[in-house]
Amino acid sequence: MEKKIIGKAYVLGDNIDTDQIIPAEHLVYSTSDPEELKKYGHFALSSVPIEKAGLPDGGKVFIEGENYKSDYNIIIGGSNFGCGSSREHAPLALQVAGVKVVIAESYARIFYRNSVDGGFLIPYECPEKLNDKIKTGDKVEVDVVGNKIINHTDGKSYQLNPLGDVFEIVEAGGLFEFARTAGMIS
Amino acid sequence: MGMTITEKIFAKAAKRKSVTAGENVWLEVDVLMTHDVCGPPTIAIWKKEFGGKAKIWDKDKLVIFPDHYIFTKNAHANRNVDILRQFASEQSLPNYYDVGTERYKGVCHIALAEEGYNVPGTVLFGTDSHTCTSGAFGMFATGVGNTDAAFILGTGKIWEKVPESMKFTFKGKMPAYLTAKDLILRILGDIGTDGATYRAMEFDGEAIFSLSMLERMTLTNMAIEAGGMNGIIAVDDVTKKYLEEVGVAEYETFESDADAVYHSRYTYDVSKLEPLVAKPHSPDNRDTVRNVQGTKLTKCYIGSCTGGKITDFRYAASLLFGNKVKVTTFVVPASTSVAKQLEEETINGVSLKEIFEKAGCVIAESSCAACLGGPSDTIGRSVDGDVVISTTNRNFPGRMGSKSSQVYLASPLTVAASAINGVITDPREFL
Ligand code: SF4
Repeated sequence: MEKKIIGKAYVLGDNIDTDQIIPAEHLVYSTSDPEELKKYGHFALSSVPIEKAGLPDGGKVFIEGENYKSDYNIIIGGSNFGCGSSREHAPLALQVAGVKVVIAESYARIFYRNSVDGGFLIPYECPEKLNDKIKTGDKVEVDVVGNKIINHTDGKSYQLNPLGDVFEIVEAGGLFEFARTAGMIS
Repeated sequence: MGMTITEKIFAKAAKRKSVTAGENVWLEVDVLMTHDVCGPPTIAIWKKEFGGKAKIWDKDKLVIFPDHYIFTKNAHANRNVDILRQFASEQSLPNYYDVGTERYKGVCHIALAEEGYNVPGTVLFGTDSHTCTSGAFGMFATGVGNTDAAFILGTGKIWEKVPESMKFTFKGKMPAYLTAKDLILRILGDIGTDGATYRAMEFDGEAIFSLSMLERMTLTNMAIEAGGMNGIIAVDDVTKKYLEEVGVAEYETFESDADAVYHSRYTYDVSKLEPLVAKPHSPDNRDTVRNVQGTKLTKCYIGSCTGGKITDFRYAASLLFGNKVKVTTFVVPASTSVAKQLEEETINGVSLKEIFEKAGCVIAESSCAACLGGPSDTIGRSVDGDVVISTTNRNFPGRMGSKSSQVYLASPLTVAASAINGVITDPREFL
């Protein structure tokens, strides 16, 4: 587990559902073929309405042109992030696009579990609403030990909720790694 | 302290005397269900983690329904079904319902009920968020991702947090213009799409127990639209009769204790409710049909695990009988047995299928079809500028295809009435 994640923030609104994160028509690609996997990165967040893409101004696409990696690696969302379907392709798509951490006010259960159990990204909750404080493109740093986010663009920092029960799974890198460490599976 | 029905089922599956909301427990899984979209990546993870020669934990407990991207020329989608087929033969799976064969069923959540996999008191996980549908049978059922499913495939176990429960009581007698869909849209408008996150939604009351099993499934189906972990309805005579018909004889029933602790309680009088819609682009964007009456439509859609059951088509056919639709209207039976029932059931001697044909509807083969958009050749898929009214469960941007289409969610009665007029219409106009 990386202890410090530094990068650019991409800011989204409330209720970002899994159809916006990865539209259903793209769920046909293989998740184990490295070339096809790139498609998930390429189409990540492609169904977010353009006026809501990259707040506060919108109009900032997450993935430029034919790329599959985004310039942004930290997502700041609002409430109920990842609601909708159970598709694990959603946190996977964000991971393939280079996202390391999502910070939201709250999450839908399945997205949260998938992020943790699949070891795709760290889903942090923040008691404060950050998506009207941090702007898309801001240079931010997430301190995974101190559970903090520092916005280097304006010098402000915010406390995040500790990961609690799931910390051990996040630290291990996913459910299988955790179960191996715990001796549940060989 | 008493326990809720969900807590009792958790305790049983965790082999404990009691559990308390908020604690994490390991559960023994009774059934794991998967389909063509999430099955292949689940299998890939399982193979990677347990090795190519491994055997799954219990082949009788794995059920696979290809249902999402079935009737398409999309090569990648078809490859997914090939992967399922190969896996089923490698592992000699008894419960694989292959497309193109007599065994093909259609939409997983409806097929689970029809094939007798919904057993009161048990725990069912599925790689699909609407797995909560099965909770109508007094069981715990919820959706998980591929990693969790792969873990179950290898071990038969999964960790879960015991959810707090919310209770929704519906009193009174259901008026003829109201369906289960209106009840759940009412709740969604009240509590929002995250109003039940990580919680159990328990439904009861005279009106709920007057509903058929299929109508109850509409309620539990959309628990996930409020973020609910599961929806649940206790077993009664209606449940028992359905189970008997599908050959489920042995099961354990649970009920919530009178002193069980709830996160919150909501009580409604159904005689005071009216037909509702969820406006674009969220299932909680509730309004009355009256308020949006007259909105011009380009498509109507009756289908999916929410609104493609025989009960939904009975409602729709009762209005479409002797009428013609003014806009393209898709009829997509959720399962092959629903499709068969459309041919067998009649109103005044005319089969439901004929009623839909004469009204000018397009009848499609059983599958998820345009409920989730799907590949570009999917029947009923929304295109730019479409205004659709649908019996499905989600209207997020792009859910049914184009992200510039507008989707209204409503009951089968409201959709049928709207199809006749070509504009959103209150079903009371025809009742
Ligand atoms: S019909 Fe729609 S909601 Fe139901 S399982 Fe299929 S895609 Fe999901």
